[in-house]
Amino acid sequence: MTEIIQKVKNLSIGFKSKKGEEILILRNISTNIKKGETVGIVGESGSGKSTLALAMMGYVKHGLYTIGGECEFNSSNLLKMKNRDLEKIRGRKIAMIPQNAGQALTPNLKIGYQIDEALQLHSDLKEEEREQKISELLNKVRLPSPETIALRYPHELSGGQQQRVAVAMALAGTPDLLLLDEPTTGLDVTTQAHVLELLNFIAKDTGTSMVYVSHDLGAIAQVSDRIIVMYSGEIVLEGPSRDILKKPIHPYTYGLLKSIPKLSLAGLPQSMPGSQPQPGTMHRGCSFFDRCNFSEEKCKNNSPQLEYLEELKTSVRCFNYKSLMNDSQVNQTVNKIKMSFQDKEILNLSEVSISYAKQKLLDQVLNRISDDNPTVKDININIKKGETIALVGESGSGKSTILKSIAGLLRTKGGIIKFDQDRSLSSDLKERDPNDLRIIQLIFQNPDESLNPNHTVEEIIAQPLKLYFGLKGEELKKNIIDLLQKVRLGEFYMSRYPRQLSGGEKQRVAVARAFAAKPDIILCDEVTSALDVSVQAAVLNLLQQLKEDFGTTYIFVSHDLAVVRAISDRVAVLYQGRLCEVGPSKDVYQFPSHPYTEVLLGAVLEPDPDIKPKLVAEDIVEEKPPQKGCSFQGRCSRILGDICKNEVPPWQITNSGNSIRCHIPLKELQKDQIN
Amino acid sequence: MKLDNIYQEEKKSNFAKVSEIIITMASRPSGFIGLSILIFHVILAFISPYIAPYDFKAINPTLMLQAPSAEYWFGTDDLGRDVFTRTILGGRTALTITFFGSLIALLWGGLLGIFCGLVGGKTDDIVMRIVDAFLSIPWILAMLLIVSLLGTSTEVLIPALGFFYGKGIVRVARAATHDVIAKDFIVSARARGHSNFSIIWNEIIPNVRDAILVEGAMRWSWMLLGFSSLSFLGFGVSPPTPDWGLMISNARGLMSFAYWSVIAPIVGLSSLIIGINLTADAFAKALGIDRSTKAPV
Ligand SMILES: Nc1ncnc2c1ncn2[C@@H]1O[C@H](COP(=O)(O)OP(=O)(O)O)[C@@H](O)[C@H]1O
Ligand code: SF4
Ligand code: SF4
Ligand SMILES: [Mg+2]
Repeated sequence: MTEIIQKVKNLSIGFKSKKGEEILILRNISTNIKKGETVGIVGESGSGKSTLALAMMGYVKHGLYTIGGECEFNSSNLLKMKNRDLEKIRGRKIAMIPQNAGQALTPNLKIGYQIDEALQLHSDLKEEEREQKISELLNKVRLPSPETIALRYPHELSGGQQQRVAVAMALAGTPDLLLLDEPTTGLDVTTQAHVLELLNFIAKDTGTSMVYVSHDLGAIAQVSDRIIVMYSGEIVLEGPSRDILKKPIHPYTYGLLKSIPKLSLAGLPQSMPGSQPQPGTMHRGCSFFDRCNFSEEKCKNNSPQLEYLEELKTSVRCFNYKSLMNDSQVNQTVNKIKMSFQDKEILNLSEVSISYAKQKLLDQVLNRISDDNPTVKDININIKKGETIALVGESGSGKSTILKSIAGLLRTKGGIIKFDQDRSLSSDLKERDPNDLRIIQLIFQNPDESLNPNHTVEEIIAQPLKLYFGLKGEELKKNIIDLLQKVRLGEFYMSRYPRQLSGGEKQRVAVARAFAAKPDIILCDEVTSALDVSVQAAVLNLLQQLKEDFGTTYIFVSHDLAVVRAISDRVAVLYQGRLCEVGPSKDVYQFPSHPYTEVLLGAVLEPDPDIKPKLVAEDIVEEKPPQKGCSFQGRCSRILGDICKNEVPPWQITNSGNSIRCHIPLKELQKDQIN
Repeated sequence: MKLDNIYQEEKKSNFAKVSEIIITMASRPSGFIGLSILIFHVILAFISPYIAPYDFKAINPTLMLQAPSAEYWFGTDDLGRDVFTRTILGGRTALTITFFGSLIALLWGGLLGIFCGLVGGKTDDIVMRIVDAFLSIPWILAMLLIVSLLGTSTEVLIPALGFFYGKGIVRVARAATHDVIAKDFIVSARARGHSNFSIIWNEIIPNVRDAILVEGAMRWSWMLLGFSSLSFLGFGVSPPTPDWGLMISNARGLMSFAYWSVIAPIVGLSSLIIGINLTADAFAKALGIDRSTKAPV
């Protein structure tokens, strides 16, 4: 039997509510972390996964306290340890990489200096040895030319590189246990794949045990030997990674896996109803009861216990797991979306270019924008009424920038935006009349930011109704209730504030507000990225339903290719503000592809241990698009040479009507991609 | 604590909100003390003319510098006036003038700050430079200039003080507005085509109000100290109206042998400043605002 590094025993952590009730965040958690294994803890926000990870290094967040149980490390209970003793363990024996660790680096200190500090604090190395060690660590996290990196400042590194530095610092004390809290969340798909691959390598190379916390089953699938699924503060399923992902025997995990969009499947996955109960609102019965498709009468009032199944080496908390054991191959079914768009063109962007460059005084005076290498350039897209067109690309590729110009929030440098074939829309709000503003509405990524925290749901939805239609009194109220119904929220939500709603509910309110204007076009900017996986599918299904009912056109921005696959009719791939590939969804996801599309497709993390990401190009981030030639030349693994550097590639059109912008002839492009 | 918000239900009336804030403030020892002191002073200011045992301006040479006694609780001053009477009356002018001064500071500081935060860019830069330039003049010199030109009437003091103490509020309002402006709900309102007025009124003010009010409360205690300094220098309240600053100034030469005539106004002034301060602090905490500005005392 392998050695156990950390033993969590009957751990309960909670807080006292204003009314003095004890509210549990973690309920009776027991698990062991073995030497050299990587354990993935997965759950939606609020399920207690971070609290558990923190407790594993003896830390309980301010406002929370340990109600019972222990976290045993080297046969002593971390939760009862004095701070002085904990300091000796943290960083040396147990290291943690928090979310956005890269951004948490001290901005005005060189990378090398910060790693040296970590070494001084967490190792006994002498000065000469430390110098050596810094290079070694930077090498280990595969940063190119460690000597130069050590002299750089954090802001001179890309997000992925910063994350690598954070990993290097965590490794400074040669820890036995490495805790990672959402280490790749917020990074680009391509970067994410690279960082995960690095973590896998480090786990093997150093034999460090890792606890990897994430809401993303795709990421967890790539690194974990074992997976713990948390729900509402409890472990509901725990077992070997492959079994959990391939044959999940708990209804929550089963439903979750079914609701995640997959690259290989076009169409909307089934959604899971409802949302996770808030801590303290659970009283009796199984906490998953409200959302469970397998529930029985007894689940309502009896809480299932975690049961260990010897033959599967799996623990499960469900009365009914046996019925899942028989047919639990996750056969995903999707609702095929109807291609419902008409031939009529509703929006046309032609030769649109947008620049963020600070303008010289002369240009300001002449009210013009001059920039020979603008952030966004050469955008030609024509959008049909009722279609969903997706813009995909890494962060910084100009997706939001284009949306802003369409919404009139950002002046274009050049080009024309035309609505309904003949009406030219100014990219300046002040030059649009109210009706031009009404026909285009926005839904944002994060409903916490897009809903005014001081307004009730009623006030939020009333805004467009009052502004555009001058509604008042009873009629206004009736319309609000109507809209709430359309987004499947009851009337009683009217008087709630955004903070009293769950993430999915908030996003529904934002959707209702957009539809209140009766728009023709809705711009969706990463609308599901901030949502939990289990509610993402529900919001996507809702958007699709509303679109079919109202004939709305969506411009759907996302970095998640699987989500895009699920909902869009057509896809446009952007790199550095230039289009690379535009075509019907099904064709963009098939070869031949633009080399950049190939990189994006390869990097997608699927919740399947057998599908490994393919890392085609480096995850460097380019500050600026190249002056001339192909926008992707800096990272393209198939670059042809001077022609790519000097000449803008031509559009090539495949048989199925997919346009690809590359110098490589289509036939040859396809050859290598099929392998 | 944030998690608790989950359990709040339904929209509350404004009255309920205010009383909840006050209850939260008073549930902290420092907040309770601060509120009690402040309320005591405010009540005193209202009722002191009716409960004052003597005439505050009655000079009586035969009673000069009497030590505290059963008859004259706090003793008498160098003109034989009752120190107790003058002390309980001595906060009225300061309290009134600084209260209205603070309101003015709140108004112009808040509006200008919101405006600057909203428009940003060059206009913001220029306005802030002007504000800074104006206020880099030592305020006390500027006040002296204003007062010597225009006199020490209430009509002059209130706007002058309000002007000088609005600067901090401009900064806070501007910073708070800056934070809010970046949020998508403002972008959303803009994209819908709401007017600037509607954006300020509906979207910005509800989100910056708390920060501005807290800063205003804090400025009040600063202003009180400033105003008393003016009186101390002889440029605030004019004699014979009783005022703590003035009383301290008059009696400070007599401190060594008639301590009573100076201790009472000092206790009055400092307790009021501390009271406002603690209250403002508790107010900030009750609203969940992190303040870093230091108190004047
Ligand atoms: N306000 C701004 N000022 C200057 N540059 C910006 C601004 N907003 C975005 N950019 C730059 O424009 C490019 C495109 O950004 P964005 O449209 O936000 O990309 P995406 O939405 O695809 O992540 C990036 O290089 C980004 O740094
Ligand atoms: S115990 Fe019942 S309600 Fe809970 S997950 Fe199992 S079947 Fe569903
Ligand atoms: S044009 Fe050249 S650099 Fe650009 S994608 Fe094609 S091969 Fe790569
Ligand atoms: Mg974006």
